Amino acid sequence: MYPYELTIGQALEKLNSKELSSRELTLSCLDRIADIDGHIKAFISVNRDYALAMADKADAAKGDERGVLCGIPVSIKDLLCTKGIATTCGSKILENFIPPYSATVVDRLEQEGAVILGKTSMDEFAMGSTSETCAFKVPENPWRRGYVAGGSSGGSAASVAACECLASLGSDTGGSIRQPASLCGVVGMKPTYGRVSRYGLVAYASSLDQVGPFSRDVRDCALMMNVIAGYDTKDSTSVQRAKPDYTQSLITGMKGVKIGIPKEYFGAGLDPEVEAVVRKGAALLQEAGAEIVDVSLPHTDYCVAVYYLIAPAEASSNLARYDGVLYGYRDMTAESLIDMYKESRSAGFGAEVKRRILLGTYALSSGYYDAYYKKASQVRTIITNDFKKAFELCDVLISPVAPSPAWKFGEKGDDPLEMYLSDIFSISANLAGIPGISVPGGFSREGLPIGIQLQGPHFKEEVLFRVAYNIEKSAGVSDKRPVL
Amino acid sequence: MKLETVIGLEIHAQLKTRSKIFCGCSTAFGAAPNTHTCPICLGMPGVLPVLNRKVVEFAIKLGLATGSTIKPFSQFARKNYFYPDLPKGYQTSQFDLPIIEHGFIEIEADGIEKKIGITRIHMEEDAGKLIHDEHEPVSFVDLNRTGTPLLEIVSEPDMRSSEEAVAYLKKIHLLLRYLDICDGNMQEGSFRCDANISMRPLGQEQLGIRTELKNMNSFRNVQAALEFEIRRQRDLLLDGEKVIQETLLWNPDKNRTESMRGKEDAHDYRYFPCPDLIPVVIDEAWIAEVRKLLPELPDERQKRFVTDFGLPEYDARILTGTRELADYFERALQVCNAPKKLSNWIMTEFLREIKGDVGPWIACCKVVPESLGALIDLLEKGKISGKIAKTVFLVMMETGKAPLDIIKEQNLDQVSDHDELSALVKEIVAAHPSQAEEFKGGKTKLMGFFVGQLMQKTKGKANPQVANELFTKELAG
Repeated sequence: MYPYELTIGQALEKLNSKELSSRELTLSCLDRIADIDGHIKAFISVNRDYALAMADKADAAKGDERGVLCGIPVSIKDLLCTKGIATTCGSKILENFIPPYSATVVDRLEQEGAVILGKTSMDEFAMGSTSETCAFKVPENPWRRGYVAGGSSGGSAASVAACECLASLGSDTGGSIRQPASLCGVVGMKPTYGRVSRYGLVAYASSLDQVGPFSRDVRDCALMMNVIAGYDTKDSTSVQRAKPDYTQSLITGMKGVKIGIPKEYFGAGLDPEVEAVVRKGAALLQEAGAEIVDVSLPHTDYCVAVYYLIAPAEASSNLARYDGVLYGYRDMTAESLIDMYKESRSAGFGAEVKRRILLGTYALSSGYYDAYYKKASQVRTIITNDFKKAFELCDVLISPVAPSPAWKFGEKGDDPLEMYLSDIFSISANLAGIPGISVPGGFSREGLPIGIQLQGPHFKEEVLFRVAYNIEKSAGVSDKRPVL
Repeated sequence: MKLETVIGLEIHAQLKTRSKIFCGCSTAFGAAPNTHTCPICLGMPGVLPVLNRKVVEFAIKLGLATGSTIKPFSQFARKNYFYPDLPKGYQTSQFDLPIIEHGFIEIEADGIEKKIGITRIHMEEDAGKLIHDEHEPVSFVDLNRTGTPLLEIVSEPDMRSSEEAVAYLKKIHLLLRYLDICDGNMQEGSFRCDANISMRPLGQEQLGIRTELKNMNSFRNVQAALEFEIRRQRDLLLDGEKVIQETLLWNPDKNRTESMRGKEDAHDYRYFPCPDLIPVVIDEAWIAEVRKLLPELPDERQKRFVTDFGLPEYDARILTGTRELADYFERALQVCNAPKKLSNWIMTEFLREIKGDVGPWIACCKVVPESLGALIDLLEKGKISGKIAKTVFLVMMETGKAPLDIIKEQNLDQVSDHDELSALVKEIVAAHPSQAEEFKGGKTKLMGFFVGQLMQKTKGKANPQVANELFTKELAG
């Protein structure tokens, strides 16, 4: 077994017993990246010198200086600011942007000794479901050539699945962690809105965005959450609330846990192979002692429409700052201020970003606000109430993450609506602000991974970890790695 | 047709908080460009705002001082537009849920007291400044001011003349200064005012078509601009023409308003609730806490000056016209028990010396209130004459020395000693026999001449009352 194949848990044992140094582990990952990232394209940038310096620092740390992730190489979605390291958001408009500050989650990882290898590829400003809108590199699914890794955090998922790093941080606005995790066969969690600081996460849709981890097993995901979760004075929307040790919730056995099956998530358009994996997951949980109940989320059909009004509306405002004045791409040929704005933004943004800015601008316009943005906000409350009612009947909802396993590049490129509809199972968690996790559940006949989604009530990540842990134990797919 | 003027004002008051509304940067004026900035007020990617609680406290203060409703739940909203002085591409403001609503203040214009309604007061951030090169077609951006907290105070269209509008503006200015939440400097732009103005036939309920006036950076400009605009609209309407709804800029050099058309298209600001800030929740306890911090307000203070010190209304209004002057008066009064005499002195000798704004002038005035009080005390107790008091005061203004020290140094103590003075009186009468005869013959006006002689000999130090008595006695014989 190569060091890069280790989970965080396994690596920490070897690091702490000095059987392995962080420099060795980091070099192993860097070599792996050098070997395979030419085709995986998970990294927009790799900082070899910085990573090795961090590794050496980790190796030199003693006793209390050793944080809980001391010496563990990780990757970071290029939407999270890293002080002194280019943060492009997958966009030409920020190609040369180097932030003078780090995101709070990046600071927390570094405080605990994590080694940051580089920044991962992603859909431009996290707008997309396949990472194909990235202006620089489009990650490929490590399980099959020519297939998408999912998105928008496709590079993060692919980097963990391809063993280029041990874990990664991504962001999830409508499924951008859970969906690529499902498509790449790794664990990915979107925490409760407010559980993790958004400071330094470049905003796409502020009321939906949340940072979360990717890892190769559930325990690693819990470890990562232990580090990144918690109140941050720099983010008013983060919540002051004690954070549990999530690794304590990894209990074998499901006695006393009620698992809800939302009937609306199993209708037309769902790939039968995906349905089979999810139903098998539910059966395994039942065998482990869980009670299975049928529940309903009656307004599920409205989620896509609501999401594609609220997210673009917020994005249209959040992305206004990329105007070529202070930083980022500026068209130098423009003769007037208005032309400078127009030319800089026309050339700097890609097509999908422009589409969503236009959608959002329209939804907020005078005369349309009530019919679109305001109505969508009201339906959002109704959708949240659906979940509240469902959680009166069960502790956790089990469902697919995406309607199908990974697909070929370009397959859904022509019709944005078809692409938007593929988010149907993941966006409701963002609208409701509840936590969700994708855990590997099985494979398609073609050998593509299929994840199972678990959703829980606000701030009940522990329960998700417990259920995910039991699926991982019984499904027997978590130690499978793609052959590269 | 008799026309009625209708005016409503929008005031922007920069708050005197030490740091900006959503970050820790300093709000100090006049620093080198772009030195009071950080990633947050520069609107860099991924940063988030955190509300400065002091801003809410200041808003509550103004809400309490204007009898307004302080909303238990208010919200920030984004006002979206592109401009180089606005690095985020939106201004964080409040829209449909402002922090304060339904207030009023009392004003007096042309001797008539009147209530002016306040529609709303909301919190928002200021934008930066553009500096245009005078020689080349280049502009620079200074973002020091970006994120400075503002309160926008929107009045009801309750004012009917330029005098009422200026009285309202001055009253709000006075309140902000009393509350110590805004320095009120119109030149530096920390207190700004826009006006909405329209005309309607007297008796008509419906408002006429309005214009918006901007760029009036002094009370005098506000008055002049409003008067110009009232005349312009009246002339148009009386000629049977129509007022066009537009934004006008006051040009103080040409003494006229000018159309801004072309510069400002009809904006659609696409307001929506700011998702980065949680709603502002204010409970009764917080309001009660702020209420305890409220100083005595100008109206109350004016009344107290009349009832407690027996001052005329006129004196009370002038003395309470700025918080600093009223404070000065009360501190001086601690050392002399002569409110009216002190008031007279402040309104004449003291205010005569003032150059520019009262507040800053008092802050650097060399005569501390206790010294002026001591001077008035000496005068009240007859230790010095009014004439000497004036001489001493001028020295105090120059040197900042205490009055007693000046009197001692310059040997200016008043002589009231009968023995000392009666010898001199005898001498003077003996030296002027003809005047003495005339006086005895009934020409009592000559008393002034004799006292004058005594003053000359004593260098003005003789107590005039004692001098009178002594001469009367001496010349009666």
